[in-house]
Amino acid sequence: MSDAASAKRYPEVWRRRSLRESLLGWCWAVVLAAAAVWSVSALDIEWAFFADAHEQAGDLLRRMWPPRWSYLPAIVKPLIETIHIATLGTAIAVVLSVPLAFLAARNTTLNGFTWAIGRSLLVASRSVNTVIWGLVFVAIFGPGPVAGIAAVAARSVGFLAKLVAEAIEEADSGQVEAVQATGASTAQVYLVAVLPQVMPVLIGTTVYRWDINVRESSVLGFVGAGGIGLYLYASINQFAWQQVLVVLLAILAVVLAAEALSAYARARIS
Amino acid sequence: MSAADAQAHAPAPHAARALLAIDGLVKVYPGGQRALDAVDLVVSQPQVVAVIGSSGAGKSTLIRCINRLVEPSAGAVRLNGVDIVALGRRDLRRMRRRIGMIFQEFNLVERLTVMENVLSGRLGSIGFVAALMRRYPPRDVASAFELLDRVGLAGYQDTRADALSGGQRQRVGIARALMQQPELLLIDEPTASLDPKTARQIMRLIRSLAQEQRCPALVNIHDVTLAQDYADRVVGLKAGRVVFDAPAQALTPQALTAIYGEEDWNRTIRPVEDEALEAS
Ligand SMILES: Nc1ncnc2c1ncn2[C@@H]1O[C@H](COP(=O)(O)OP(=O)(O)O)[C@@H](O)[C@H]1O
Ligand SMILES: [Mg+2]
Repeated sequence: MSDAASAKRYPEVWRRRSLRESLLGWCWAVVLAAAAVWSVSALDIEWAFFADAHEQAGDLLRRMWPPRWSYLPAIVKPLIETIHIATLGTAIAVVLSVPLAFLAARNTTLNGFTWAIGRSLLVASRSVNTVIWGLVFVAIFGPGPVAGIAAVAARSVGFLAKLVAEAIEEADSGQVEAVQATGASTAQVYLVAVLPQVMPVLIGTTVYRWDINVRESSVLGFVGAGGIGLYLYASINQFAWQQVLVVLLAILAVVLAAEALSAYARARIS
Repeated sequence: MSAADAQAHAPAPHAARALLAIDGLVKVYPGGQRALDAVDLVVSQPQVVAVIGSSGAGKSTLIRCINRLVEPSAGAVRLNGVDIVALGRRDLRRMRRRIGMIFQEFNLVERLTVMENVLSGRLGSIGFVAALMRRYPPRDVASAFELLDRVGLAGYQDTRADALSGGQRQRVGIARALMQQPELLLIDEPTASLDPKTARQIMRLIRSLAQEQRCPALVNIHDVTLAQDYADRVVGLKAGRVVFDAPAQALTPQALTAIYGEEDWNRTIRPVEDEALEAS
């Protein structure tokens, strides 16, 4: 036996990557570096501004300090409105996203055509930023929170539906087949065998999206779509920096609270 | 084609009286795999038929072609005279309501409660909105409770399926299938995921429930001893063909060699005295 073992020679060299893979890796590094250099040179950056950036920042902070707390009562209402915009927008998005997810999932859509429609709606919703949606809906509904709610819903629907559609595609087919085998209709099968399986994903992403929406709603006021953003925008335009700081701190507090709540809720889903 | 039309196409005379008549059933999978090669099988009384055969012999394919979870390539499957293969989508759904199915992996909707799973056997008889509100007729609710009691899960109605043990899950699977008041039970390796003791309890339960309801049952099973103990009749499949079909007592080492290939089978087959003991 030892004879046989000594007779057979095993290689003593082993490398994680082949020569070709290593070369490819270096090529990518060079391409990335070139892209970075190109971007910087194309942007026409005024390097002189960097020289006194720290002084400018210090100056701004000095003008912001101390925060004008007397402004706080005036922004409580718009802060609450911001949360309402996020919540209502998310709620509308959830209702719309469930059918859209079934349309956009390969295993539950009706045919290739409906699948393409579902996917297009997903892309359309996701590729437009909430603030841009805000501009669109302010043009339609006029300025105010309704435009904000519509903007949040329009952006969130694609986000939720995409993740739920992925969960639908990964749903256990055994559970689906068992309900199919009882003679249930297709809609009943989706309701009873698929929906429960994707429920944790639906709830988790909804809560997560709500937390993102609270953040995004705080700038919707910049384009007139309601909420605290309007007050932030106005304070900046008036160079009322002490007011700006109060608004920023208030937004920070709300966002942190929303994030904590969302993290807590998501941890409890089973 | 409607169910009535399908009935009009005259079936073979011997099949007319049969509860289940499978005639020249062929399944060729898209990959070219010929899983069923002209299977004929007639069940003319409410009996437990064990289908045995090595892995890949086509047992699951056979059972799934009957309720068309797998679409047969050719042949006919008649349940009480109606050719299931010829049915359109709507009629197929109606037909499926009359056929109960039990799975190796239980296939319960894991995040729903025991009661929701059992009642899902009645989805075919209620509408979408009723299903959304989980509103079932009182009669169905009562029989669900009765079945839960019958399978030994009284009091478990509000437990979520994913909190149950394997044996308990299979009991829910059995209750769900029986909830349909089926005319035929299709059972695919019901005990392969269970320990030997639970496996025997489950087989005993399936047998007694099928007998009570006078419902024929087709059971795919890996375990030859279990097949012998709990089936009235054994069908051997090999490479998509029926190579054995006889009462369970007739299962001999020669028959097993024909089904599975050469091996010493004498220790697998249970002597007749043991069987009498088990029955007591
Ligand atoms: N979905 C499928 N696609 C292609 N081939 C399949 C599929 N399911 C089963 N087969 C093939 O058909 C044959 C019979 O499989 P199956 O009916 O599962 O056998 P058994 O249940 O007796 O183990 C096997 O050769 C298997 O590989
Ligand atoms: Mg199988």
